[in-house]
Formats: sequence, C-alpha cells, structure tokens
Amino acid sequence: MNTIRGRVHKFDSSNIDTDVIIPGQYLKIHDPKELAKHAMEGIDPDFPKKVSQGDFMVCGNNFGCGSSREHAPIALSRVGIKAILAPSFARIFYRNAIDGGYLLPIEIERKTLSKISDKDELEIYFRENKIVNITRNESYRMVPFPNLVAEIVEAGGLINYRNGKKR
Amino acid sequence: MTITEKILARASGKARIQPGDVGFASIDKLMMHDVSGPGVIKVLDDWEKKGKKLDRIWDPEKVWIAEDHFVPNADKVSAENIMALSRWSRKYGVKKHFKFGLGQYGICHTLSHEEAMVLPGQVYVAGDSHTNTTGALGAFAAGLGHTDIAYVLMYGEIWLKVPETLLFKVTGTKPAYVMAKDIILKIIGDIGTEGANYKSMQFSGDVIENMSMDERLTLTNMTTEAGAKNGIIEPDSVTESYLRERTRDSYSKILGDKDAKFSEVFHYEIDKLEPIVAKPFSPANTSAVRELEQVEVDRVYIGSCTGAKLEDLQAAAKILKGKKVKVRTEVLPAAQSIYLKAVSQGLADVFLKAGAVVGPPTCGACCGAHMGVLAEDEICVSTTNRNFPGRMGHVKSKTYLASPLVAAASALRGKITDPRDI
Repeated sequence: MNTIRGRVHKFDSSNIDTDVIIPGQYLKIHDPKELAKHAMEGIDPDFPKKVSQGDFMVCGNNFGCGSSREHAPIALSRVGIKAILAPSFARIFYRNAIDGGYLLPIEIERKTLSKISDKDELEIYFRENKIVNITRNESYRMVPFPNLVAEIVEAGGLINYRNGKKR
Repeated sequence: MTITEKILARASGKARIQPGDVGFASIDKLMMHDVSGPGVIKVLDDWEKKGKKLDRIWDPEKVWIAEDHFVPNADKVSAENIMALSRWSRKYGVKKHFKFGLGQYGICHTLSHEEAMVLPGQVYVAGDSHTNTTGALGAFAAGLGHTDIAYVLMYGEIWLKVPETLLFKVTGTKPAYVMAKDIILKIIGDIGTEGANYKSMQFSGDVIENMSMDERLTLTNMTTEAGAKNGIIEPDSVTESYLRERTRDSYSKILGDKDAKFSEVFHYEIDKLEPIVAKPFSPANTSAVRELEQVEVDRVYIGSCTGAKLEDLQAAAKILKGKKVKVRTEVLPAAQSIYLKAVSQGLADVFLKAGAVVGPPTCGACCGAHMGVLAEDEICVSTTNRNFPGRMGHVKSKTYLASPLVAAASALRGKITDPRDI
C-alpha cells in the first residue's frame, strides 16, 4: 500500500469520544454490519448513509477518547471509512485501529486541521508521508508511523503480523 | 527509572528502558468481561476460520473473566454473550470466572483489588479502559481492545511504548468532606482530557500516603479520563495491609529509583480544596459545587468501579442516615463482597429507609447499558467516571460527576448540594 484516495467527512470538534462513535447500548452487539448502522450516532445519526467506501474523516484532537471498545473502529471501518486524520488520537482507539487492521489513524499537524474542508478529495502518500488536497491543490505533512506500527499496518493487523511465528 | 519504567523493564527483560522505547512486554495477568470477551472470542474465531487452529491459550492460570456490563442479562443478546463467555472459559480451562448470581462477582476493576487478582509489580492488561484503576496496587495496569487481548491470549505478550511519567504530588491536610474524587476532578480540570495522553500518571505526597486503598483507587481509576496509559501509586504499608487481608500469594514489589526522571511534576496543596463536580459533557469541565447549587437534578446514581466501593457507600450513608431522598436515587454496590458488607454494616438499611433503591452490582447505567439509563434532558448527579454525550443514556441527558458525599447530599435536596451544607 502506497497511496490511498478518499473524500473527507469533516468533524471539527476535539475529544470525539467512543460514546458518540458507538453508544454504550450497542456494546452487546458484535456483528460489524449491525454496528455500522450506528456509527457516529451520537453526533449524526445519518452518517452511515453519507459515507462511500474508502472515505476519510478529518477530526479534532484526541479522537476516540473514552472507552476501549473495539466496536468503534469496527463500526467506522464497516461503514466505509478507510482513514481518520486528526492532530492526536486517544491511545486505545489508535491501537485498536492499527492492531485490528480496521482503518488508518493518521496524525496531522494542528495547523492542517483548518485547511481541510468537508467533501475535499485527499490523497495520502505513505512512503513520502505526504497528504495532497486535490480539491485545494495543497499538500500537508503526515506524521510518520513508528517503525513497528508501519510493519503492523503493512501486515494488515497485529495477529497477521505475528502469524503464529515464534519471536 | 520510575516505577512504571522499572516494571516494564522487568517485563521486557531489559536492564534499562526509557520513555519512547517501543517493545514487547510479557503479561502477568489478563482480564476480559462480557463486552470485550465476546469481541475477543470473535477475533480468535476469525483466526481459526483462516485454518489456524488454537488448541490452547497462553496460560489459563493468568486469565480471569468478569460478568459486569450487561448483568443481570439485559436482553437476549446479552444473555447469549454471557453463555458464550462461559463456554469459552470452560473450553480453555479458565477457572477464575466471576459469574452473576454465583457467589462473589462484580465490576471487574473492583474484583481486581477486592480479590487481589493483580499484585504489586505485575503487568496487567484487560479489555476495558478503566483497567488503570488497578495501578493503585503498584502494578502497571492498562486497558486494551479485543485484538490486543486476543493477541495476548495467544502469545502472552504485547507491544507497548514506554510512557513518560507525570508526577502528581498531593500535600497538605485534606479538608473534611473532600474525597479523592474531588482531588482527581481538580487535576483533570487542570490538565484536560488529553493532558496525560499516552503518559503515566503517578501520585505521591503525604495526602496519598495517608489515603486508604479505596480512595487511592478513585484516583487511578479516573486517570483514564485524562488520557493516561496507566495510573500508579508506589506500594507501601497501606498496600501491604490491604493485600494481606485478601491473599496469601507472595509478590516482589517494585519501587521507582530515587533519581527517577519525571517529564513533569505537579504540586497540589489541598488545604483549601472544595468539593468539585464535572459538568456535562466532559470530566474536565469542572466547577466548585457551591457555584452550581441552583442546578436541579432528577436523579442520583451511586455506583460503578469509581464510586461504589465500601468507603464510597459509607460516605453516602453518613449523609443519608435518618433522612429521605428528594429525587430518584439508585445505589449499586460495585461487588457482591461490598454488598454483603453494606448489609452487615447497616448501610443498605440507611439507603432503603431513605427511599433509595439498592440494586445488584453491575456497570449498569454508568455506560448507558441498562439498569437506570437516562432520558432526554434528564439530569443526574453520579459517582461514576465519565459524562460524555449519551454516556448514561439519551444523548441529551446530562451527567454531573461527583463524589459519593456530593451525590448523597444532592439526593436529599434535589439540587446539586455541597455536603458541608447538610
């Protein structure tokens, strides 16, 4: 994987927490298709209808704070989100997204947040750690993945990365 | 090295590590519950569907299971989850499975200390964000998601980045009617909900040294709300006597070095600290209780791993004794053992005679699951840990986070009330 392209769904708020990404009452559900129906329900109940496969979200800092529920990246990924760009992520959401191989949490610089608008088309170049905004003809820096994280992403998740091997 | 760094160095087989190092650490204890467990089982099933047979897990003796979020079974789906967990623990020989209605059971983070499931110096991971709670015993305790827990079940280790440590030195004389909940809300109000993101929060100082284990657990529990990877308190005589009452297992405690480096040190002198609440919709949105006394409430919730330990219930009972609540009030002890003590010490009697409901241990409405979720615009004063939109029910319900003393005082007046005014 070197490049991905997608359309932006912009959420300006900081601290978008797992209770709005997938409310507590759905935690008993483990079927990704069912969870996807409620993705972002706490902010925009129509969100699942607006997303096409491969879209991106661009959000304020500390995205995914709160609970450890892996339901959150599962619901977002199943609804079609391929990457989330934010100045920072809550630690468990970040781990879950990477280790489960659901979607890519991409750290951007704080100043980049205001430059990207809803519905912009972005292209992310992983080898160059570069984000190109096709709509606005601009480019921004992506904070590179740490080495181990990049290897896990490449393998498609932590369990595939290890793949039964001794270490 | 700090205590967190020394525990992680031991677990990764290295003499020295420093913040920012990324590596694999071996795990001493693992827990999953009725929300994370079925998710973990699904990850393992998906792996088996790829033809990778999983005959055994890494170490059934180091794994334990709690039924806490949707018990008593809220509906058919949660009932299925409970049965699936039981089948799984039987299949893989996991004996420590705390079941609803079968002796000791309760909220996982409460069982971890009540039952001494985790000991000082250990690395403990669990499928729940408030795993940080258990760091009050002097262990490294951090929450993980389904995939990570499944990975640990297969290999007994997990990758971690060594966190920087923020040291919170709490000194002075704790004023009457101020609890650990007020101290941690004050700290979170100051540093914000990502003030400790990816970092460790360590507590020390004479206030902490003189603090009971139940109160210490409130501090570490809420480090999650500041984004912390773990919360920790170095084990001391309080830790030792607490554990002596609960286990015969030996442990080798780990303390930080004298020259440990902290990325930041915060001093809190608490002689003048007042009761504090966190207003909707963030644990960092704090105010002194007396600034909010005009706020009328519909409901008081005394429950959860944060606010329904024995001392929390004793504090609430002290306020409610011989009086009547003015608004709907629900008391859910955090574990069966605590419930029993609440009965034998007469606390349950105080609550019931005051007009409150005393219910079974469960995560219940703290996470908006069941057992008293909130309606649109309903206002609740709660001893729980989180008040994001929709956390306890309707997305437009409002939760004020408070100590058990403030919650009980508010129940008597039907308004947010400073316990010093009762």
